Amino acid sequence: MLPDLYRVQRVRQETHDTFTLELEPMSGGQQVAAKGVSFAAGQFNMLYIFGVGEVPISISGNPTPRKVRVSPPRFVHTTRAVGTVTKAMGKLKRGDVLGVRGPFGSHWPMEEAVGKDIVMVAGGIGLAPLRPALYQFLSQRENYNRIILLYGTRSPADILYRRELEQWRARFDLEVQVTVDQAMGAWHGNVGVVTTLIPRVSFDPLRTIALICGPEIMMRFTILELQKRGVGKENIFISMERNMKCAIGFCGHCQFGPTFICKDGPVFRYDRIQEWFGKREI
Amino acid sequence: MQTLEPILVEHPFFKDLEPRYLQLIIGCASNVRFDSGQFIFREGEKANQFYLLRQGKVALEVFSPERGAITLQTLGEGEVLGWSWLFPPYRWHFDARVLEPLRAIAFDGECLRTKCEEDHDLGYELVKRVAHIVIQRLQATRLQLLDIYGLHS
Repeated sequence: MLPDLYRVQRVRQETHDTFTLELEPMSGGQQVAAKGVSFAAGQFNMLYIFGVGEVPISISGNPTPRKVRVSPPRFVHTTRAVGTVTKAMGKLKRGDVLGVRGPFGSHWPMEEAVGKDIVMVAGGIGLAPLRPALYQFLSQRENYNRIILLYGTRSPADILYRRELEQWRARFDLEVQVTVDQAMGAWHGNVGVVTTLIPRVSFDPLRTIALICGPEIMMRFTILELQKRGVGKENIFISMERNMKCAIGFCGHCQFGPTFICKDGPVFRYDRIQEWFGKREI
Repeated sequence: MQTLEPILVEHPFFKDLEPRYLQLIIGCASNVRFDSGQFIFREGEKANQFYLLRQGKVALEVFSPERGAITLQTLGEGEVLGWSWLFPPYRWHFDARVLEPLRAIAFDGECLRTKCEEDHDLGYELVKRVAHIVIQRLQATRLQLLDIYGLHS
């Protein structure tokens, strides 16, 4: 339950309200540095800004260990400044210290996806928790069939990881489609909600694993669209978000039906939570 | 001579359409191409075409003097452009500007309407397919209006 101390090594402004922090361990640093900051794609950390509060933030860096480490191991977190804690986090500079507990929670189905087509659907900041999975898929590219990333966001100015998206789009072994909800004349990309991209891409619905992360409404409509294409609900995985506090299933803040998002999630197989998903009482 | 039939059969809009209907409407169809930047139609013009998109990308836009061209939606391969040909007053409500060189099958709206009046079974089949697209676009528009990526999402 006690946070480890981490120092901010790099701050990158991604959009007007979204930033990425790279964090390096301080306390117990030797040990952590030796084994690296290991995590599974889809997990989250509790980040603690002293005197302000603690928030769960998905890990958005690369989970694949580097063969030759060119820099010390780091946790990478992309955050949108929306509340008191995340706004304070947005003011952190290189060298500032914060507390980290984690990693916590379940992960994306990397093993189940072997030998299959992979459709990743991200909405807004939801691209951040999916990025580690994409890094991992690409690092073992030969293990998977088609890999498709569909990303929707509000406007061209809100596009996350823009440079990386361009690099991914240039690859022949990855299909990337980006769409925005609103655009002016200078934008030549897609306009429309992210669900409209699903009928446009080619995949084998009977041998597809779908990974979805974004606002809950977006996820609900994405699931409907995937089911229309014939993807089974047991092959759809979603990353859920609720008000997490302890992150280890004790406090009950993030209870979702009979599960706790922090401990049993945040990544769930859709058929295991469909009964509660979208219920306004829960 | 190669006909448009194999192309129409493969387009999602005509999926599983009975061959007899296809034979009826094929005479209204022609192959068309548009270059990037070209307007397929403009707001207020007479709407007498209906396009099955085969390749490329087109933006549906509305122009505002204060904000310039605002893109409402982009459409591409396998999708359909235009339904104003089906309902009076047969005028386009938006501009359609080509973003990427476009290949499409264009249908003459008046020709299609005549065929639909002559054969109401064909008319019902076409209206059902157009209605399906209208519903999909309405649902997508509702989602767009929700601003789901906004601060309160």
